[in-house]
Amino acid sequence: MTGPATSQAWSSHEGAAALAAPALAEKRRAFDGRILLGFLLPIAVALLWEAAVSFGLAEGRLVPPPSRIVATLWALAQTGELWTHAWMTLWRVLVGFVIGAAAGIVLGALSGSSKTVRHLLDPTLQALRAIPSIAWVPLFILWLGIFEASKVALIAVGVFFPVYLGIAGAILSVDRKLVEVGHVFRLSRLQLARRILLPAVLPEAVIALRSGLGLGFMFVVAAEFMGASEGLGYLLVDGQQMGKPDQILAAIIAFALLGKIADSLLVAATKPLVRWQDTVRERL
Amino acid sequence: MLSLEHLSKTYADGTRALSDINLTVHEGEIVSLIGGSGCGKTTLLRLIAGLDRESAGQIRLDGERLSGPHPAVGIVFQEPRLLPWLSVFDNIAFGLAGVSAAEKKARVEHALEKIGLAEHARRWPRDLSGGQQQRVSIARAFVTNPKVLLLDEPFSALDAFTRASLHEHLLGLWEETRPTVVLVTHDVQEAVTLADRAVVMQPKPGRIFDELPLTLSRPRDRTGLPFETSVRRVLTALDHSLKAPQAQPQRERDRQAAALWW
Ligand SMILES: Nc1ncnc2c1ncn2[C@@H]1O[C@H](COP(=O)(O)OP(=O)(O)O)[C@@H](O)[C@H]1O
Ligand SMILES: [Mg+2]
Repeated sequence: MTGPATSQAWSSHEGAAALAAPALAEKRRAFDGRILLGFLLPIAVALLWEAAVSFGLAEGRLVPPPSRIVATLWALAQTGELWTHAWMTLWRVLVGFVIGAAAGIVLGALSGSSKTVRHLLDPTLQALRAIPSIAWVPLFILWLGIFEASKVALIAVGVFFPVYLGIAGAILSVDRKLVEVGHVFRLSRLQLARRILLPAVLPEAVIALRSGLGLGFMFVVAAEFMGASEGLGYLLVDGQQMGKPDQILAAIIAFALLGKIADSLLVAATKPLVRWQDTVRERL
Repeated sequence: MLSLEHLSKTYADGTRALSDINLTVHEGEIVSLIGGSGCGKTTLLRLIAGLDRESAGQIRLDGERLSGPHPAVGIVFQEPRLLPWLSVFDNIAFGLAGVSAAEKKARVEHALEKIGLAEHARRWPRDLSGGQQQRVSIARAFVTNPKVLLLDEPFSALDAFTRASLHEHLLGLWEETRPTVVLVTHDVQEAVTLADRAVVMQPKPGRIFDELPLTLSRPRDRTGLPFETSVRRVLTALDHSLKAPQAQPQRERDRQAAALWW
């Protein structure tokens, strides 16, 4: 019960070993071959379908075999069309995301940190949230025309709500006990916001931004359906009207890749800010 | 000198957490507040720390009336309450405002040395054990050199071995600047190990039942007869406080006379 015995229990060696153990286990898990199992199903289906079409068991006109989809994608990339459309879509998502996320962060922060603002804003925003965003399309077209502005507006609305809700909720759920630590050291309101509230909400803010970005990609499709001459959504509509399912599937694959890349970039950009978090969240 | 004068706290829901508390703690003295749960011990510390407002009475530190958090008053909570996004080093440095970078580094490193976590300075709090985290939180309070340090059952969540080692770390830090300490505990052994005086509290409404001086010399031998006797005296007072809620305790002077015998 006395000094030496107990301080030994906390020796750095043990501490280091305890730290090293999970790191090692994690590395081993990263090399786990079972991760590859996930590829098995889609690859098997693709190969089966490819074989079925090439042996003449199926026609593959409405459901083109993988080789034809890849060929279409390749051709679109060769002519440069793919990049033009992808770039247009990305541009719209980006502008809509920046506008929607900025509004969501500002209003969410206000609503989360001031009861008065919350009582003032939140009921209206919650009511607006109940409206399916696509329902705004006719109004946006009337107000903003059929070109870029109305598309960006729709995307911004889609991005706004998850960001607003996420930020406001994150601020409301900041641990009061940590805020008290700030009070004990007599932080001013500004210092409290910078040194405690901001870092405390960052992880949830990143999640809110990610779901906002995901919705942005969802709404860009809707926006491009409502009449666009460029963009991956246009490729979809065009493929339908021209009866080219391979083009539709090629555009869908491009959408998936674009969305994944954008999300990964967002995660990579915000990772240094939430480095301190438990790793469980990183797998989200 | 820290003095509480006619201090009362009634919460908004009508709970009388504290009623007419009078207590004087001398400079460098370690006072231990003991009592069952609901005696208002946490409430009392929160009032001194300025995290809550008293309903009546006042708190004075060297004559100056305290209202709100004061730079000379530090507190260690029941939970470590470390900021998970700061390293151990930065957590300890959190309250060091208006200090040069070199001075900050020196003070934090010295504190890390004292609590035996020097090689953990760059780690995240989540990588530390519960006992290590609580040591960091004690260092965070000590590093600003407070005149008064409040501790609210800081070791209650820890096992007996860890607790004993933390007692030593705490006394080690205390010896350097000898701040006034108010330590809340429900562990009589802990009170007798650390304190110069035990204050026994009673609930509904929270008030002081009895005060017992603990005049054993330091370092204290936890196996000796004087230690045992002190523990028994505090236990007896606690027993009385529970059994006879309205009974008048034997006053302090009698106890002091008895204590001098040792
Ligand atoms: N914020 C609060 N609002 C209302 N009642 C409270 C509050 N905090 C504590 N109490 C009540 O005050 C009394 C004393 O509580 P507390 O100071 O936490 O006691 P202890 O720390 O001795 O267990 C209890 O009856 C408790 O329920
Ligand atoms: Mg308590």
